[in-house]
Amino acid sequence: MAIEVRIPTILRTYTGGAKAVEGSGATIAELIGDLDTRYGGLRDRLQDETGLRRFVNVYLNDEDVRFLGGLETPVRDGDTVTVLPAVAGGAG
Amino acid sequence: MLTLHPALRDKVVAHARADHPDEACGVIAGPAGQDRPERFIPMLNAQRSPTFYEFDSLELLRVWREMDDRDEEPAVIYHSHTATEAYPSRTDISYANEPGAHYVLVSTRDPGEVEFRSFRIVDGTVTEEEVRITDSPPGDPTAPGLE
Repeated sequence: MAIEVRIPTILRTYTGGAKAVEGSGATIAELIGDLDTRYGGLRDRLQDETGLRRFVNVYLNDEDVRFLGGLETPVRDGDTVTVLPAVAGGAG
Repeated sequence: MLTLHPALRDKVVAHARADHPDEACGVIAGPAGQDRPERFIPMLNAQRSPTFYEFDSLELLRVWREMDDRDEEPAVIYHSHTATEAYPSRTDISYANEPGAHYVLVSTRDPGEVEFRSFRIVDGTVTEEEVRITDSPPGDPTAPGLE
């Protein structure tokens, strides 16, 4: 089973510079766990105790998983998952 | 140093003024690895706030994919402050996740004169840089953005 995961610039230090890696799992949570076994520390950048981190966007194909099932969103062979840090800020 | 065509600077300033008092935000894309901002892409501020901005998550995906397809990078990421100075706040620094980008801050706190400054934000460290407005570098700043 292979799910392509596209990695943003800022997280490529975990993947040895790779822009895309492959993983497997039945849900986003399992996929992230699987990636973390090969790219240690990646999971902590994507999730915290409450679930997916607020300012990290994870997409399943063309949809934001926030609007699907979050970490429990099912994934299938052939899907593409994209990670993009939020672009945000402000005077505060 | 940020080198920018005057037409692009004008577009950023016009966007900031138009959205005041909400913060405006956007990108100027350029060919990957060349540090040449060329293509103006104003973005929706999904927060529509006078003190916070965030690119809409689906627009972010669309624009980042498009840049990837076109072999471009986000050379400039800009946003405006509407009541404070054009300097990165702690929030700006925390969420600066494109180490190669010039972070342009515009302030519209003064209705007469806009402040326009540029910074590098790498690993939590802010370094201000010179802004050189010139129409010398080649490029196509009049190419339509996502307006």
